[in-house]
Order: sequence, then structure tokens, then C-alpha cells
Amino acid sequence: MSESSMPLPGRLPEAAAQGTRADALGNIVEILHDWVTTVDHKKIGILYILYSLTMLVAGGIEILLIRLQLAGPRLNVLSGEVFNRLFTMHGTTMIFFVAMPIFVGFANYLVPLMLGVRDIAFPRLNAFSFWMTAFGGLLLYYSFLGGTGLQGAGTAPDVGWFAYAPLTERAFSRGHSTDFWALALILSGFGSIGGAINFITTAFCLRCKGMTLFRMPLFVWLMVVSSVLVILAVSPLTAAQAMLLIDRYLGGHFFDTQAGGSATMWMHFFWIFGHPEVYVLIMPAFGIASEVIPVFSRKAIFGYPAMVAASVSIAFVSLSVWAHHMFTIGMSAAGNAFFALSTMIVGIPTGIKIFNWLATLWGGKIRFEVPMLFSLAFLFQFLIAGLTGIMLSVAPFNWQLHNSYFVVAHFHYVIVGAILMMVFAGFYYWYPKVTGRMLDDRLGKLHFWLFVIGFHVTFDVMHIPGILGMPRQIYTYEVDRGWGTLNFIVTIGAFIQAIAIIIFVLNLVVSLFKGKIAGPDPWDAWTLEWTTASPPHAYNFDAEPVVYSARPLWDLKHPDDPD
Amino acid sequence: MSTLPISVPVTETHLPYKGRVAMFTLIAAESAIFTIFVVAYIYYIGQSLSGPTPREVLDLPIFNTIFLLSSSLTIMLAERALVRRAMGNFNLFWGLTILLGAIFLVGTAREWYKLITVDHLTISTNLFGTTYYSLVGLHALHVIVGLILLTAVLIFSLMKALRPEDTKRIEVLALYWHFVDCVWVVVFTVVYVIGR
Repeated sequence: MSESSMPLPGRLPEAAAQGTRADALGNIVEILHDWVTTVDHKKIGILYILYSLTMLVAGGIEILLIRLQLAGPRLNVLSGEVFNRLFTMHGTTMIFFVAMPIFVGFANYLVPLMLGVRDIAFPRLNAFSFWMTAFGGLLLYYSFLGGTGLQGAGTAPDVGWFAYAPLTERAFSRGHSTDFWALALILSGFGSIGGAINFITTAFCLRCKGMTLFRMPLFVWLMVVSSVLVILAVSPLTAAQAMLLIDRYLGGHFFDTQAGGSATMWMHFFWIFGHPEVYVLIMPAFGIASEVIPVFSRKAIFGYPAMVAASVSIAFVSLSVWAHHMFTIGMSAAGNAFFALSTMIVGIPTGIKIFNWLATLWGGKIRFEVPMLFSLAFLFQFLIAGLTGIMLSVAPFNWQLHNSYFVVAHFHYVIVGAILMMVFAGFYYWYPKVTGRMLDDRLGKLHFWLFVIGFHVTFDVMHIPGILGMPRQIYTYEVDRGWGTLNFIVTIGAFIQAIAIIIFVLNLVVSLFKGKIAGPDPWDAWTLEWTTASPPHAYNFDAEPVVYSARPLWDLKHPDDPD
Repeated sequence: MSTLPISVPVTETHLPYKGRVAMFTLIAAESAIFTIFVVAYIYYIGQSLSGPTPREVLDLPIFNTIFLLSSSLTIMLAERALVRRAMGNFNLFWGLTILLGAIFLVGTAREWYKLITVDHLTISTNLFGTTYYSLVGLHALHVIVGLILLTAVLIFSLMKALRPEDTKRIEVLALYWHFVDCVWVVVFTVVYVIGR
């Protein structure tokens, strides 16, 4: 690590003196110090990714316990109380401390490299954002210990990840569990907003020579769109959490129905955040797909401007769909119609994107490497997730299935089937750049097939108990409901996915030491990050790159046929 | 890459100053936060189950508003002086801005003191109290943050540590101050005009 930390000129003797310390403890302290105090976008990116992976394991263990409890009727693996705490922690962890930071990690590493610049716009703000996010997660997990210690699930929050009022009010949620939840999300919210400011500013103000806005890789574009949504969506959540804390600590009445406050208000505020949040997460996934699919089809992305326009319009429309989470609260017919229609409209720009990816594949020389496998699975699964989304946008249909396992299956199809798939694709695609070594291909294919099979066993089947009327967030059910077999299959699927993730983590660790040396450009790709060494030097590029098209490396490799 | 035999000229793009873009982004985020509080305030007008009501206890803070809004003017004059490197004028107008902001805060403090001691309205009294103190308090918090930053700049300036290249940064800070003033226009309209 010490080789990549560039000492400031004024402190050279100091740095040299540090380098001579031979004892192992000193080295560890130095490496730790280096990583904790770093403001380098690549290191912060890696920190984000490692942090999210740790949280993925935590959230995964929680869901496995939940699935064990639900594997059959009337099981007693967990008490109802612990069950509530675990599904709240699972949801909160996966959304705020896995899906969001992992993409921020990818973007941290890649955006400056893709734009051909030295670092992100505000490196110290970047470090601040990471540590805010990290401490938010620590605060959330401290709730397992806070108060009653490790018995049961301690005082972990138990109000569901959307924490509907007035359950979260002081009168109904005693102790500090809800406070841990609200404070953790405020902290990580500051982190997300800081990160978003950084990405937007970097894309608009820091680009290498010749890198016009419409030559930026689509991943950068989609990170910008995602960041704009963070700005517009996470801020309302922060405001709502502040109101909740005012209610709980200062005796306010925002969501206190006893004093005239409105519980519906919280639902509106939460989903004004909650729905755009889905797009905050899916945009970077689209971005990764738009990088991986062209490279492994050996064709430039089809319809670049249409992709950008479609992303921007998805973001725009997504700000006006939130109440489709609340069809059952009894809105007016006009309200129902508006939110049903606006939700369906999202399907149009999303369809444009799907067709653009298909057109990119069309006639291409497709290479079925692991990142491409995940991307193809993503295309297929995202389509189904979108279709069940359109079904749920129909208000009368939604009234039937509201808060059922059909909804759970739908949004896991989005988050696991589309978003997590692209996270894996991103790992297999950029791991060589970050570490200098390839991920093992055989383990990768095993991971892919096991995960896809596990995914479909779990989430295809999960739609059915939903249609049969199984509500979410119940800790057990009666034998005569007939949900037992289906839930058992779902649980088996969850464990197959867990095995796949173990293989994945194993691959990450083993390949770090034994992987094939990658070289700067193992995939014969076209964007700027592949021009520099793997792993890149601390200063990224030896000379500031100059680009002439959206595919600078293609130009370099094919001077007779520039892009 | 410069050896490429391509005739496409490198497009010279003028990239905007990063501080400005970042401040506009931050302002967008802050606007979203204020929007939520303002929406809550408007939604809860007249919903309190008990008194006191806004009509009974709130007075129009006309002078306070004049003080705060004129600070936008003085900070603009200070910026102009800074561009001309007229540091005396800059210190004068910048100091005046801080003074006006501080008077505004004192005005708010006096208003709150009266509400709490005379009218017995606290944040937990009723919905009006909850929404009023959080919205006005959130704005006052932004004034306080602004004042701290403005004061830091004044100290730097008095120590003659402001370099010409800092001008852009100071303009970014002024942008934030203008935003705080704009928010007050909204808060004033909602709390003291519509809500009363």
C-alpha cells in the first residue's frame, strides 16, 4: 500500500523514515492509518465496496434466519419480536448500507478514471461522505447491543424499513430502537448527499480534454442521473427523519395522530424518498449494463443519446409516482388514476433502454464471459420485474395484492434480479482493473449459475403465496393456508443463493493472490479506465488523456477506422 | 493519443467552476428539505386540537424581514468591492451583512422568548408549535451556519489573508447567503401571511 500513497513534497523525509520501519506491527499501523486518512478516490471506492460487502453478509444472515422461520407453518426458530427486528434490519441494511454504498464505491473508483482526471471534485468531502455512511451503519448495528445487549436481537429497530407512523411514535415504540434507525439514516443520508454532490460536480466540472458531455461513458451519465435523484429524494427522507426525532425527543406532533398529526403524512414523505430510491439504485446498474453489453457484443452502444434521454426522463417521471405504494389508504379516484398512469409511463423510457441493449446485442459477436452472463440474466429478469411493476401499478389489482408476498417478490426481482446481478457483473468486469488480477472464470460461472438458479427458485415461486394472500412481515402462518410447500421451496432457493455468494466471496479472496495477471486491458474494452495500469497508479494517468470520441481506446486500437 | 491521424479538432469546452456547481447542488438538496417542512406546515395549518393559534400569538416580523433581505444587498456590494479589490469597502459591507444577519437572529430569539414565556407556546404544545418552531428553527439554523462562515471570511479578510483567487470561493458563500434569504421569503409568506 505504501507504494501507492504519494507523500507530499514537504514531508518526504518523514515518509522515507516511515518506509524504513521494519516491524510488522508498525507496518499494519501504517497501512491502517493510510486507509483511514485516505482521500484518494480509488481507496475510498474500495472502502465503500468492502464495507457494502460486509453489510451484504450481515443482511444476508438476517434473511436466512427469516427464511428458516418461514420455511414451514408454525415454526419456532425466531420469536415474533426478533422476526420483526430482523426484517427491519434486513431491509434497511440492504437498501442503505449495501445497494447504495456499493454503487457509490464503483462510481468513486471509476468516474474519475472514465473521465480521465486525477481525482474526484472534492476528495475530502468524499472521505467525509464515506465515514458518515460507515458510521451510520455502525450506529444501526450497535442497536443489537444497545440497551438489552445480545439477548434476542437486542434493541434493533422493529418497525419495518418504511417505519410507518404512528407505530414509530414514542407512545408505541419505547426504548431507543427507532432512534437508532432514524439517526443511522440521517447520518448515511448526509453521506449519500455528499457523494451525490461530488459526482455531479465531477462530471460537470472535471473532464479531460475533448471529453464533451456526450462523450462521457454511459456509466458516468447514469451516476449523474442517480446523484440528482439522491439530491431530490434523500433530502426529503432526512427532513422526515428530523421530524420523527422532533416527535420522539421534543414531544412534537408531526405524526402524532392523538394531537391532530397525520400518519399518512409520513407515508407520503417516506415514499417521496422511497420510490425515487429504486431509481437511485437501478441507474448505476443500467450504467454497468451499458458498459458491459457493448464490450462483450463487440459493438458500440446502440442509441447513446436515446439512452441518456431515457435515463433523464425515467428520473423525472420517478419523482411523481410515489403514491403507488399507498393505493390502499383511500385516495381520490383522480389520485389513483394519476399515480397509476404516471407509474405506467415509466415503462416507456425503460422500454427504450431495453430495446437499445437488445439492438446492441443484435448482430454482435457476443462473448459469453461472466460479466456478460450476468448482464444477459439482468436483461431478462429486469423485464419481468418491470412487467410485475406495471401489474402492480393498476390500482384495483394493487388493492388485492398490497403488502403481499407478490409485492415482495416484485421488488426483490428488481433489487436482486436486476441490481445485484449488475453489481456482480461490475465485480467481474472491473476486478482486474482494481486488483490487477482476473477473477477465476470457473468459480465465476459456478457462482453465476448457482445464483441465477437460486434466484429463480426463490423469487419466481414467491409470487404465488402472494397471490394466495400471504401478507409480508408476518412471522408465521397456519398449516391450513397451504403456503407451507411454497415457502419451503423459497427457503431452499435462498440458501442456494447464499452458497453462490460464498463462492463469490471465496473467488474475490482467492483471485487476489492466485488470479491470472490481467494487464491494463483484459477485455479489449474502449473506455479510458482501461488505458492506465491495473491497478492504476495513485495519480491515475501518466499524462492527461485527450479524447476524440466516446470510445477513445477504439480510436487508439483502430486508427484506420475511428469511432 | 495525440498521434492519432484524426482530423477531428479537440473540442475546447469551458468547464464551470466546481464550487458553484456544488453549491447549486447543495441548494437543490436544501430546497428539498425545506419543501418537506413547508408542506408539513401548510398541511397542518388549522389542524391543531388546542391553542394558542397563530392569529393569537404571531406578529408580522416586518423589521426582521427588512434586515435579513437587505443583507442580500450588502453582500452583493461586498462582492463587487472584492472584485475591484477595494478591501476597505469589502470589509465594511461584509461586516454590515454579518450585523444584519445577527440582528435578524436576535429578532427571532426575542420572538421565541415572547412565545415561550408570555404565550406558553412550545414545540410540544400543539401542531402549530411543532411545525412553527421546526420550520423557523431550521431556517434560523441556516442563518447561524451562514453567520459562522461569513465571520470566518471577515477574520481572514481583516488578517489580509484573502488572495485574489479566493474571490470565486467567496462568491460561492454569497450564493448560499442569498439562498438563506430566499428561504426566508418563503417562510415569511407561509408562516406569517398564509398561516395567520
